[in-house]
Amino acid sequence: MDVYLPIANLSVNGLWIVALGALTGVLSGLFGVGGGFLTTPLLIFYGIPPTVAAASASTQVTGASVSGVLAHSRRKGVDYRMGTVMVGGGIIGAGIGALLFRFFRSIGQIDVVINSLYVVLLGSIGILMAKESLQLLRGTGGKQAARRRHHPLVANLPWRWRFYGSGLYISPLAPAIVGVAVGILTMLMGVGGGFILVPAMLYILGMSANVVVGTSLYNILFVTIATTIMHSLTTRAVDIVLVGLLLIGSVTGAQFGSQLAVRAKPEVLRLVLAAIVLAIAFRMLLGLFYQPDEIYTVYPL
Amino acid sequence: MRALLILFAAFFLMGQRDPVLVPEVSQHEVQVRQGFTGTELLLFGAVLDPSGRAGQGYDIVVVLKGPAEPIRLREKERFLGIWANAGSTDFRSVPSFFAVASSRPIERIVDQKTAAIYEFGLRYIQLSPSGSFDPDEQLRFAEGLVDLKQRQGLYKEDMRGVQITGNVLYQARIELPSNVTTGTYTAETFAVTQGRVIASAVAEVDVRKVGMERRVEYFSQDYGLLYGLMAVLISVLMGWGAGRLFARL
Repeated sequence: MDVYLPIANLSVNGLWIVALGALTGVLSGLFGVGGGFLTTPLLIFYGIPPTVAAASASTQVTGASVSGVLAHSRRKGVDYRMGTVMVGGGIIGAGIGALLFRFFRSIGQIDVVINSLYVVLLGSIGILMAKESLQLLRGTGGKQAARRRHHPLVANLPWRWRFYGSGLYISPLAPAIVGVAVGILTMLMGVGGGFILVPAMLYILGMSANVVVGTSLYNILFVTIATTIMHSLTTRAVDIVLVGLLLIGSVTGAQFGSQLAVRAKPEVLRLVLAAIVLAIAFRMLLGLFYQPDEIYTVYPL
Repeated sequence: MRALLILFAAFFLMGQRDPVLVPEVSQHEVQVRQGFTGTELLLFGAVLDPSGRAGQGYDIVVVLKGPAEPIRLREKERFLGIWANAGSTDFRSVPSFFAVASSRPIERIVDQKTAAIYEFGLRYIQLSPSGSFDPDEQLRFAEGLVDLKQRQGLYKEDMRGVQITGNVLYQARIELPSNVTTGTYTAETFAVTQGRVIASAVAEVDVRKVGMERRVEYFSQDYGLLYGLMAVLISVLMGWGAGRLFARL
């Protein structure tokens, strides 16, 4: 089925794009991540221009996270106060990200920056997750998982608020800074940032585990909305037809994913996610050191 | 002496008037709409010899060019083991599409100088480089650009792409891929004999988006905020709708 994408200016096989959306949808339902970290590289690999891929992937993540937020809010798994502080930071971060994107593009190093970010972030988070889930599977690290404390630096920040949902009494600056960082990454990498947000909430802020996924999805929902608007105003690279195709796949895939998630063991799921994340990081790492297919790249003036 | 030569030449030329080219293109408008996967253009026409006889061995060269755009080309180099962009060069007029077809290999039709003047071939495209003044470097960048565009299917050369029938009629087929840039394309046809271009003619082809695709593009350009809000609305509704739908199943 050939579909012409009016913004990307090329024709693609629609079924492939739907299948790609379904794959990321299953992952997002299964693991509670947006799946943007998988969509963007695969779209670029398929031949979609990188800016269009990043912009459209962030719009797709919006759709993929809506039903998750609704499900979590029904069972009170969203700390709105914490989430809103993070969204505020995230919107500022998206603005900074847009400026950085333009700067790195003008000096021609945006590809290297994006690839290195993927390698460093996915690599370190993948290793962390793999270690933890292996420990859990062996039954050795039980005590460590039960430990819940926020980072000492967070405790030193002034001006504390009570976050009832998370069971915390900390400065709102901490989640705001986390939000800014994730916002920058969302704009640069075309990812929702769930895979960074969840560990940051658990290990830096020390939020209670039952609100982590819901609050992360709530943050992702609003930050990707802001990113879409930002892209529509600056790069004009959101391809609505591409987004539609990806969504058809991902919203159905997400439902199957979440049904599967109920049946599977969480430690095994984590290990699988860690393996996927590490595989992508490794592929990106090879890409930095191997001679690329294209030595030359065209930038419109 | 010179006057005598001109007189002699004029006398000689009047007796052998240049033939006339009558070109035509199968479609003057290519519509890019949903389901567009590229199209094939047929460039055809006739060479009329004023003396009425069928001509004596012409060669035909057809050049189809898309709208030109200025670009910056960056070159990756290995730096501390990492491949990163290093050098760059600007080209002020890079045709978004370029196809040459000829009835025989170009080097057997004209010499290099003529080929360069009329852009008969991918290595003769006038890209107007600026920035770097080292000719070797410019050549390397230009070759890299042409190679890249060739693999994207946007630049092509077919040395036997023109069929000539009875020394009068010619035709050439040129494939436009789906990733073509929209705009006005020019199809130039040249009749060549004995290494000399004796007649040329130009036809235009308008490649444009129509219907839904055109509206989407205009909308995204002119009403960025509204477009973004619409994209958000669509994705929120689809996500929410699927959630509701599956909750009932």
